[in-house]
Amino acid sequence: MTFDLINCLYVFVLAGFIGFEVIRRVSPLLHTPLMSLTNALDAIVVVAAIIIAGRHDSTLSTVLGAVAIAAAFSNMVGGFLITDRMLRMFKLSRSKKP
Amino acid sequence: MNHLLQQELIDVAYLVAVSLFVLALKWLSSPATARHGVLAGEIGAVLAVTATLCDYQIIEYKWIIVALVVGAIVGVPLGLVPMTAVPQRTALSHACGALAAALIGIAEYYVRVPHLTKFDMVEIAAEVIIGSLTFTGSLIAAGKLQEILPQRPITYRGQNFVSLSVLAAALLIALWLLFHPGASKLFPLMVGVSLVFGVLLVTPIGGADMPTVISLLNSYAGLSAALLGFVLNNKVLVVAGALDGSSGFILSVIMCKAMNRSFTNVMFGAFGQVQVSTAAAKEERTVHSATAEEAAAILAAANAVVIVPGYGMAVAQAQHKVRELFDALTKKGIDVKFGIHPVAGRMPGHMNVLLAEADVPYDRLFDMDTINPEFPQTDVALVIGANDVTNPAAKTDQGSPIYGMPILEVDKARTVMVIKRSLNPGFAGIDNPLYYEDKTLMLFGDAKGFVGDIVRELTGGGH
Repeated sequence: MTFDLINCLYVFVLAGFIGFEVIRRVSPLLHTPLMSLTNALDAIVVVAAIIIAGRHDSTLSTVLGAVAIAAAFSNMVGGFLITDRMLRMFKLSRSKKP
Repeated sequence: MNHLLQQELIDVAYLVAVSLFVLALKWLSSPATARHGVLAGEIGAVLAVTATLCDYQIIEYKWIIVALVVGAIVGVPLGLVPMTAVPQRTALSHACGALAAALIGIAEYYVRVPHLTKFDMVEIAAEVIIGSLTFTGSLIAAGKLQEILPQRPITYRGQNFVSLSVLAAALLIALWLLFHPGASKLFPLMVGVSLVFGVLLVTPIGGADMPTVISLLNSYAGLSAALLGFVLNNKVLVVAGALDGSSGFILSVIMCKAMNRSFTNVMFGAFGQVQVSTAAAKEERTVHSATAEEAAAILAAANAVVIVPGYGMAVAQAQHKVRELFDALTKKGIDVKFGIHPVAGRMPGHMNVLLAEADVPYDRLFDMDTINPEFPQTDVALVIGANDVTNPAAKTDQGSPIYGMPILEVDKARTVMVIKRSLNPGFAGIDNPLYYEDKTLMLFGDAKGFVGDIVRELTGGGH
């Protein structure tokens, strides 16, 4: 059990460093899409909710799991959708020939 | 297929998914590659979800499918909201993410309750407390941004004491549960107290501080997902949570620096309370105002114009008229740039998205550090719906509440024009000496209407 904890801490710390280095380089132009994209990625908690709801340990856990699936999946679908919509709007100036 | 092999395959799928997540964020570094990033994220998410659906532990698919369909039905409209509603949508999605994480933690507690170790209990308690307070806190933030709730800070005497006592109560219950994990009647109480704390945490915070608060809630939502990964020993959650958490954290640090304030000051300072004392000492000062016609003439004679948008532009939905102004001036050969303060608007990057929506090319949008050295060579700085981020008192008046905050130095331009509804001080109740300078022309009116009038003068006057 503590072995798992140490394992997770390793992953957490290293992922935190990677996140810091990668996100530091994101242009301030894209800070809003950054937030909606990380929200969509964070919605991966849906995989945990799927296991809880499908394992059928008790009615309570199935209900909580199902609500969690709906909440997380709406975030995933909506998050990717709006991020892509936003990014499609960012255009360079066309070099207009007079 | 035996269970062990299947679990290994699922783990491999998760590993590929998290690699794609990191690439997704890496590609977001530039608008040119950013859309590849979304695609990478989508592939990763689909892969992880598909792999999970094959897990042998699942014995009943009915509710999973119903919930996925409901999630998609709710999610699609949330992905199609207008760009002006993006801040409240973002707050709402923090709430959904935190809700999911909290509910899974609660379910896990009840499944495991007879045989919980102390480590499990610490992880579950921390996860559920953070998830719950982020859920209600984000709902309050979304309510304020949607203006269902008042945007001004709601404060009362002894507020910080009450809020912190509530948090302490949640932590004490968690501590009790640590030593008596079987006291499952106390668990809902801990959840309830955490939910209340989330409300108390965000209610006193005013609209102008929303960029920081949204970033901070983003960070909490990520942290709760990562902690859930600890509870379930699921590395994909740990990585995704750590990425989301560090992103929110970095953004909050950027926002705090852009306001020269600390986290504690944002959370507990109730910025934006009305300054009563300064108002009394104010004497009558004159302002110069101008009509749309005069403003258009000055703009037409300029060589270099910098437009500084703020929350007022978003409120008036003036971004499309601003684009028309940009087009009209560019057509006359005038160099037009946009200067964007990090905390302009209600969330990080808010102004950039609105202007991009209105088809303003992103190579004309400049951040504070790039645009500030250009103001001395600028003929006209046109401020649209921004106030505090242009206030020179932040540099000169040590008594000002915003003293030390980095500003867009529009006062260095040859002429400053400010579109504003009235002389009332801005959201934070801080007077702006910029408006009384000789080089400043006040353009009183609604941002959308006034910019429209200027555009009409500029385009109609050509014949």
